[in-house]
Amino acid sequence: MSEEKKLPRIEIIEKYCKGCHICVEFCPTKVLEMKGFVVSVKDLEKCIKCMQCELRCPDFAIKVHAE
Amino acid sequence: MAFDYEKFIRPGKLPHIWCPGCGHGIVMKGLIRAMDTLNLKKEETAIVSGIGCASRLPGYIDCCTLHTAHGRAAAFATGVKLAKPEMNVILVGGDGDGTAIGGNHFIHACRRNINMTYIIMNNYIYGMTGGQFSPCTPTGHKASTTPYGNPDPGFDVAKLAIGAGATFVARGTAFHANQIDKLIAEAIQHKGFSVVEILDDCPTTYGRRNKYKSVIEMMNRLKEVAVPVKAAEKMTAEQLQGKVLTGVLHKVERPEYCEEYAKVIERAGGNK
Repeated sequence: MSEEKKLPRIEIIEKYCKGCHICVEFCPTKVLEMKGFVVSVKDLEKCIKCMQCELRCPDFAIKVHAE
Repeated sequence: MAFDYEKFIRPGKLPHIWCPGCGHGIVMKGLIRAMDTLNLKKEETAIVSGIGCASRLPGYIDCCTLHTAHGRAAAFATGVKLAKPEMNVILVGGDGDGTAIGGNHFIHACRRNINMTYIIMNNYIYGMTGGQFSPCTPTGHKASTTPYGNPDPGFDVAKLAIGAGATFVARGTAFHANQIDKLIAEAIQHKGFSVVEILDDCPTTYGRRNKYKSVIEMMNRLKEVAVPVKAAEKMTAEQLQGKVLTGVLHKVERPEYCEEYAKVIERAGGNK
């Protein structure tokens, strides 16, 4: 249970996403994937909260909410 | 915790106009983080730009902004700074806007050493107008106006700024996203004309003409060519072939223009 509590919440604002693949490619643990033209979360369990996706997204489309 | 970029963005302005994978968004995020770190007040910060893709940036940020004529950002910003020396004046623009059309304004702003920060997003091309070559397009690279390769050598913006007399010159890349805000923050804090060149990617008009398969390939290219200044000290000239130095390249102290101009007013008997 305690493991599950630590999982972050990845917020994707689909309206802003332009599907550039930057977050998908630069995620070190491959948490994200493309679904059609926008990004979506594939495997949240793998997320290490490095915030690379939030940092690199040029479109302000990803936010990682982690405590 | 997620960084709250929204408090610096004008409501309803996103999504922005930049193409998928364009690094300008990454630079804008860096600028916003730098503004947050330094606690810059919206009413005391002016962002000035000329024309071009990069120059659309002030439209999104919620502070005092000025979108001016092509290449004339430095001229308008000088006016703002002299009229209100307490303002933090930040100029943004691309390589074409800053080094070709506004080249003269750029070098003379460097020479004057007026206390402003110029962020040049160098994507090696004129993006908005259809991919014409700019003074920063490297030799042999293709643009819509040089379909057989550019015969000219490209400008080194940082060296140009140092040569023209800027007192703080730094260079980053869109790949090294977490360095951008630190360089910009240091530049804003520096007293005098500071230039931050950010090597950027233009997948739409530059990448596809120069056989970059994707945005990721362009980003990885930025990663490969960038060498931090400290690491470069230990490298030989051969190893540095084709590389670009990143980090703070130049930092000196010199009299600042607004203060010197105030002395001129004093000498001429003004303010009485």
